[in-house]
Amino acid sequence: MSAVIIYTAVAISQFMLVVAMAIAAIRMFRGPRAQDRIIGLDTIYINAMLLLVTFGIGTGRVIYFEAALVIGLLGFVSTVALAKFLMRGEVIE
Amino acid sequence: MIYPAADLPLSVALAVAFFLLVGAALALIGAIGFLRLPTFYERLHAPALGTSWGIGGIMLASMIYFTVSSSRLVIHEILIGIFVTVTTPITFMLLARAALHRDRTARRDGVPRKYVGPEERPNPEDVSDAS
Repeated sequence: MSAVIIYTAVAISQFMLVVAMAIAAIRMFRGPRAQDRIIGLDTIYINAMLLLVTFGIGTGRVIYFEAALVIGLLGFVSTVALAKFLMRGEVIE
Repeated sequence: MIYPAADLPLSVALAVAFFLLVGAALALIGAIGFLRLPTFYERLHAPALGTSWGIGGIMLASMIYFTVSSSRLVIHEILIGIFVTVTTPITFMLLARAALHRDRTARRDGVPRKYVGPEERPNPEDVSDAS
């Protein structure tokens, strides 16, 4: 019974997170200006991280946690670099 | 040692499912708001739903699940939670400042001025230099 509850919740939340990633991808491709595309990319990173953690709950393995941590670090660094590029025109001055 | 999910108590399974669904639903609502809000400065607020309680709910679910299923305290997911909570305002404020800078440079309408009040508002050529 509890396995059914957990697997159903994992499946539903994976579906919701994939839909959220698709919506953010729509905004990233359509977004009228560059900053919309950057926030779309940041939202995709966050949702991919959440999706990996839900994969970890579904399979019962801890290895997905480390992949999620790496994705979080990379998302932060790439978004800050892109914001710096928008602000100054170059990343490393 | 990881036990399969069938051995969990029913209350733990219900708690894990609740936090998972709350987190994923908040991430989805944030993405929908991000698609539908009209201007960039309004759109900036929507994904913060996913990065505050979206992260919080799913990390709480993962912590409860792994703590009960491996019968020891597993709270390393709190690293992701703290990291995202610290870094999300930094990225969003940097992006908002960059967008404001670009809007001021392009002289768009509806963007707040750099100087507020008539006495400290400089000449237009100074504004174009300062922005």
